[in-house]
Amino acid sequence: MKHRTFLKNHKLELHSFRIRLAIGGAFAVILFLVLASRFFYVQVAQHNHYQTLAEANRISIVPIVPNRGLILDRNGVILAHNYSAYTLEITPSKVDGLEATIDELAKIIEITSKDRKRFKKLLDESHNFESQPIRTRLNEVEIARFAVNRYRFPGVEIKARLFRDYPLAELASHAIGYIGRINDKDLDKLEENEEIANYRGSDHIGKIGIEQSYEKQLHGITGFEQVETDSGGKAIRTLSRTPAVSGDNVYLAMDTRLQAVAEKAFGDFRGAMVAIDPHNGEVLAFVSQPGFDPNLFVDGIDSASWDALNNSPDRPLNNRALRGLYPPGSTFKPFMALAGLELGKRTPSSTISDPGYYMLPGSSHRYRDWKAGGHGSVDLRKSIVVSCDTYYYGLANDMGIDNIYNFIKKFGMGSKTGIDIEGEVSGLLASQEWKKRRFKQRWFPGETVITGIGQGYTLTTPLQLAFATSLLANSGELFPPRLVRAIQDSKSNLIKNTSSQPLEKYDFKPENLKLVREAMIDVNRPGGTAVAAWLNAPYLVAGKTGTAQVVGIKQTEKYVASRVQERHRDHALYIAYAPADDPKIALAVLVENGGHGGSTAAPIARKVMDFYLLGKLPNEPKISTEAAAVEEHADD
Amino acid sequence: MIKRFFTRLTLHIDGFLFFSLIILMAMGLIVLYSASGKSPDRIISQLINMGVALTVMWVIANIPPQHLLRLAVPAYTLGLLLLISVALFGDISHGARRWLNLGFTKIQPSELMKLAAPLMLAWYFNRYETNLRLKNYAIAAILLLIPVGFIARQPDLGTSLLITASGFYVIFLAGLSWRILLGIFAAIGASLPLVWSVMHDYQRQRVLTLLDPSQDPLGAGYHIIQSTIAIGSGGIFGKGWLKGTQAHLDFLPERTTDFIFAVFAEEFGLVGNILLVTLFIIIISRGLLIAANAPTLASRLLAGSITLTFFTYAFVNMGMVSGILPVVGVPLPLFSYGGTSMVTVLLGFGILMSIHTHRKLVRT
Repeated sequence: MKHRTFLKNHKLELHSFRIRLAIGGAFAVILFLVLASRFFYVQVAQHNHYQTLAEANRISIVPIVPNRGLILDRNGVILAHNYSAYTLEITPSKVDGLEATIDELAKIIEITSKDRKRFKKLLDESHNFESQPIRTRLNEVEIARFAVNRYRFPGVEIKARLFRDYPLAELASHAIGYIGRINDKDLDKLEENEEIANYRGSDHIGKIGIEQSYEKQLHGITGFEQVETDSGGKAIRTLSRTPAVSGDNVYLAMDTRLQAVAEKAFGDFRGAMVAIDPHNGEVLAFVSQPGFDPNLFVDGIDSASWDALNNSPDRPLNNRALRGLYPPGSTFKPFMALAGLELGKRTPSSTISDPGYYMLPGSSHRYRDWKAGGHGSVDLRKSIVVSCDTYYYGLANDMGIDNIYNFIKKFGMGSKTGIDIEGEVSGLLASQEWKKRRFKQRWFPGETVITGIGQGYTLTTPLQLAFATSLLANSGELFPPRLVRAIQDSKSNLIKNTSSQPLEKYDFKPENLKLVREAMIDVNRPGGTAVAAWLNAPYLVAGKTGTAQVVGIKQTEKYVASRVQERHRDHALYIAYAPADDPKIALAVLVENGGHGGSTAAPIARKVMDFYLLGKLPNEPKISTEAAAVEEHADD
Repeated sequence: MIKRFFTRLTLHIDGFLFFSLIILMAMGLIVLYSASGKSPDRIISQLINMGVALTVMWVIANIPPQHLLRLAVPAYTLGLLLLISVALFGDISHGARRWLNLGFTKIQPSELMKLAAPLMLAWYFNRYETNLRLKNYAIAAILLLIPVGFIARQPDLGTSLLITASGFYVIFLAGLSWRILLGIFAAIGASLPLVWSVMHDYQRQRVLTLLDPSQDPLGAGYHIIQSTIAIGSGGIFGKGWLKGTQAHLDFLPERTTDFIFAVFAEEFGLVGNILLVTLFIIIISRGLLIAANAPTLASRLLAGSITLTFFTYAFVNMGMVSGILPVVGVPLPLFSYGGTSMVTVLLGFGILMSIHTHRKLVRT
């Protein structure tokens, strides 16, 4: 070893040491310079990048969910509003042993089996990392009790949430609809409409009815809060705030009291009724019975309630007014009559002799009148008053299906009325073309014949019938029916009426309209099919009864209501408008398995019109006894 | 008599070094105040740590180096025994067996070894000063690697590497030939794959994370990513004292201890960093000067090793926090919160002061 010689030399040894020390020092300085260049790179060259990252780290955008707009009736009665309540929520992903946790929770806060079932359903529909309410509307005692035990329940928390409430419960439920939790389908739709951003933080969305179709107005605009957060996402302070814009309030044309009268008038019957102001298309009452309690859906419906609603033979979730398809039956006749006059196929004075049936030329098939033996000599006016089938068999045949189709479709049958809620069905007004498309078959003359009395293929909804009636009442001005009358802007508080301009005006000849109207007035007079319902009515009503077959009857059989199962009985129909000389209300009533229009449907119309025109609440016993007394000769 | 005693005591404090250290500690305290979220408890506790550590420094500074060297063998032996005890009976915390529970207190023998190992090597080289052979270097290396092996097994990679470094500085300064040095480095390079194979998973993960922190942004890479964001977002002049968002919003882990430098860099920026590095360089320069002027081989080696180890601590910490070195759990000397490290570092400076202030008494 060379340096062994240096060791003896203290000076050289010290020199060697100092050199190595200097090398050590230089090494340190070089490494510090490396460090400094790293600092320069990170703090100067990459500063903006890290600045952005730091901002992203600390600022998170917290959505502020807007208050949902109210739904009110035309008089300001609240049909849907919000209230704040405390909910007990569980985030499944943060809990080990969900069942055990719920069992433990149940020891301090009441959790019913219904709550559990509803919670399970919510879990099935949602993601594991979202907190879901197991109990809503906690009271003070429950909140306090949980607060004390909070430490035992990681992943469980109490949140304040806004809840939708429908104070009138089942009233007008099919018109108002309900909101429910946003599901994947809703999300897809929101995404498609590029509205998804506005739903950050929103749990609920309108599912049916007004809640659905006016979702855009009711929801409002989501606000944002820039919140400084720590790494755990805990908010430290608010940096900026863009307040949410509450949803607009929606005023319905509906009069809640009228609606209540109408719903009550149905008693235990299932059915539907739509009442329209013929001057503007405003829907004054919109009934589909039975209804349901929309409140059940707000927190997520439990499976038992859902099954009860969904499997009920009464089908309470079915919106009969909007989606129920029924043959219009004899209510079709006034429109046919007007068609006959307008198209010159009939004159007011031309009469037929009714033997009680109709036969097509060259055929032996008898198209029976509802009255065996017939009505004798029948002109157009009488054909409506007594609801003569034979007259319309002949008229239909004379007109031909193309003329019927082209004229009647003006009244909105067979197509959607364009009412402002979703889910409307178009019904069916048969035509040759339709039949070819549907059955790949040509049209038979016999089919035209039965179309004349509103049977055959023809299917209408109660809404369509009401719409057609209002068109008749206002002499041909076409206003699409609207449930919503006005919208109150949440910012300015200004109430703005929604448009009521007619879409189209049909020029029916006044004398033709007058004739049909007078005949319809006589329907409600002695000798008419609805006389029983209108005894002592202080205003003139134009109406028409109808019956829709539920089961077919053989040529040789006679329909006897008492022999037929209740569910197979005919549906009763009635359309009307009043006052006949200055129509303020037009309506259509359908009573499922109600038998004859005159005995079950017309009395409902009477109660609704009495209340609407006279402000008179129905006097139950009086009307029902009188109706019973005259039912014998009031037939259809 | 008493007055003379005290005068002598004060004389053994190196003023230049002392004030530099005080400035560094004051800066650390200011950053700690911010990093701890203005916690007075932390500040008081750290002030107590400083008081204890300064007292230890002062006491050590008054023990002449030759007396200190007498402590080398007992300290080393005790340290080794404690390390063996730890391996046999140590408490496990965070998956590592580092602490020895004495009932009334817990001690971490690796801290003692940080000073005992270089002291032992300095004592050893001093003993064979006149006739250093390759054999002596080999023995020194073995003396060093025995405790390092125990500490590495705890596992405490950071501390074992730092002790290796402090021992290596002694061996290097003692004059190990360059050829052998090169050979050792070549051997280390060649044995890296072997080292990789005996590493713990989390240690490997740390190395991998260093290469690409974004690989595991919420796991092992989180520390580095967040501290780099803190440093980078500080910019040239920093966000200002108490205004570091990364630090105050809880994104920085261990921000009062190992990662306190990120808080400093975020709040004081590049300017602050350069100032801090300059201060470290000043202190290190003073230490190297003391080493260069030390009278005996042992004191020279010890002073050089302590100084370069101090540098290593500072560099490794800042390097790991700024993302150029793996996260190995090394505190920033005199900045990071904690009593043990404070005492260890100032004890080292006590030795430096002792060497410096006693140099004339020893010179022969």
